[in-house]
Amino acid sequence: MSGKTLYDKLWEDHVVHTEDDGSCLIYIDRHLVHEVTSPQAFEGIRLAGRKPWNVARNLAVADHNVPTNNRDKGIADPISRLQVETLDKNCAEFGITEFGMNDIRQGIVHVIGPEQGATLPGMTVVCGDSHTSTHGASGALAFGIGTSEVEHTLATQCLIQKKAKNLLINVNGEVGSGVTAKDIVLSIIGTIGTAGGNGFTIEFGGSAIRALSMEGRMTVCNMAIEAGARAGLVGVDEITIDYYRNRPLSPKGDDWFMAERVWQNLHSDKDAIFDKVINIDATQIKPQVTWGTSPELVVSIDDVVPNPADETDSVKAQSMQRALDYMGLQAGQKITDIQIDKVFIGSCTNSRIEDLRAAAVVVEGKKVAPNVKLALIVPGSGLIKQQAESEGLDKIFIDAGFEWRDAGCSMCLAMNADRLEEGERCASTSNRNFEGRQGYGGRTHLVSPAMAAAAGIAGHFVDVSSWAGE
Amino acid sequence: MRAFTTLTSIVAPLDRANVDTDAIIPKQFLKSIYRTGFGVYLFDEWRYLDQGQPDMDCTNRPINNDFVLNKPEYKSAQILLTRENFGCGSSREHAPWALEDYGFRAIIAPSFADIFYNNCFKNGLLPIALDAEIVGGLFKELTDDYSLTIDLATQTITTPNGKTIAFDVDENRKFRLLNGLDDIGLTLQHADKIHAYETERAKRAPWLFREVSI
Repeated sequence: MSGKTLYDKLWEDHVVHTEDDGSCLIYIDRHLVHEVTSPQAFEGIRLAGRKPWNVARNLAVADHNVPTNNRDKGIADPISRLQVETLDKNCAEFGITEFGMNDIRQGIVHVIGPEQGATLPGMTVVCGDSHTSTHGASGALAFGIGTSEVEHTLATQCLIQKKAKNLLINVNGEVGSGVTAKDIVLSIIGTIGTAGGNGFTIEFGGSAIRALSMEGRMTVCNMAIEAGARAGLVGVDEITIDYYRNRPLSPKGDDWFMAERVWQNLHSDKDAIFDKVINIDATQIKPQVTWGTSPELVVSIDDVVPNPADETDSVKAQSMQRALDYMGLQAGQKITDIQIDKVFIGSCTNSRIEDLRAAAVVVEGKKVAPNVKLALIVPGSGLIKQQAESEGLDKIFIDAGFEWRDAGCSMCLAMNADRLEEGERCASTSNRNFEGRQGYGGRTHLVSPAMAAAAGIAGHFVDVSSWAGE
Repeated sequence: MRAFTTLTSIVAPLDRANVDTDAIIPKQFLKSIYRTGFGVYLFDEWRYLDQGQPDMDCTNRPINNDFVLNKPEYKSAQILLTRENFGCGSSREHAPWALEDYGFRAIIAPSFADIFYNNCFKNGLLPIALDAEIVGGLFKELTDDYSLTIDLATQTITTPNGKTIAFDVDENRKFRLLNGLDDIGLTLQHADKIHAYETERAKRAPWLFREVSI
């Protein structure tokens, strides 16, 4: 018998019941809740006269609608305010732990989960948010769900699921200077496409993934969904275990030693068979910049905007042309010639301390370019903000002309007041460059934190691996 | 949930690949705490020429006459025909809510994003994945009054010229959709098994079952 993949192990460990057609009832260890996808689920529970199966398995935080400045004044938009207040009320009514807007532990749900040890290796983790795949970096099976499944999880602590197939993406070799986890994952999406992972759970392996910190691995798993996979995974190693030492909700005392032993088995067996394997050469990856309205429309910084006329598939060529029109770009234009109006460094993809440090190194002692109207730094949590301030990063950013804000999803999807105006172009460390994502008519280019920071200083995209500052 | 048995309807063609959930229902409408009322904002940025806001009255908004759903011949369409990877992006169930509230009951495409696909079945909406070639053929055949008949029990689609196309769907999902059944009620029939699992798991991973307050 061949060995098991990490996904096989996590799946088998959580099966409560199997139906005749192969669909399974799987147990959910951690349910993360935010304000946008939960109100209708709580309402459903209430109307049916049901109770949460186990309140302790839930952790809630408001992140999408919260303002990133002047928090003491509350939320100005009455519709946003009602949604956040509804979460507060629901959590109070059902006894669910919630980090309130002014709690230092508040932040983006996918940042605070690992930070608090609320998501741990070996767990199943769900949240009404597609970027739940982030938590797979810990060797947890983590995926996004819709509101009906939020209600189902609240009421039963289980979900009805069919097992996905196993895809292994090996990223081998050492990346060059200036190339980050974000560039690795954008390059993967550029290679396999936004539907490349549909029906699969992706395990990321290879020496370039092993060399990443937990923060970097979270960036990679975060965007597994952008490659079409509901869940991304990285096997547990010493880096994982070190990360979880002494987190508030990490196992304590004898539990820790037992957990450590169990977690050490959370990797694919050497003889495990994957349904598909893709190998990527890390040494060939350069800093990446998306040029279109789908994350797969991505090129290297030293490249030009592609020409739809070179595409043989007519459906694809049509999408490329539509993307060029929306983005206001010309085929053949150099990426380094693209001027930007705004910079956004933040989101569940890139708002961790390592991301802020990488951006700070680039901007230290420099000034934001005159054509850049707004450059925002939005830490992923209140605790990250505090940590960054203790390292003096806030001063570096503020001196360079960046705005230093409070934690939240912010301009990743512009549900709060932070957004692009029509036609504005943004260097963004977020995960989606869809039409209108960062604001009606806004144009998003996805990049790493260092690339976004450098674009903010230069006023246009530059290759951070060779850029000396202008 | 509304049951889905058979459906005969004209077909609206949305000839785009990778239609994402931000396009299906833009984020500003996600601020609602209700489950209904999203239909008027379906494909908001493509359907209207102005910027949509939550709670907006849409009756007098400027319409994009080039957008397929604004063409009079497709006004009553309950079947949407589209290209690969439909529903990619976020997990927002507001996307199937908006499609269903607008009046769609079935979507035909070569492929769907996984979370969206799953969400459809919770809302009486049937997503049908067919070979890209067959979908391409339907796009070619399609005329203004083109209508299809979908029969979920037999898993077939019948075209106007009498040709039938078979499609796949999980037995479990099909059963629930045919009968309009609530998943939670069915899962709670296994409550004993869930308790038994928790007892067994607590021995293997006791740290998950400690009462910790933070």
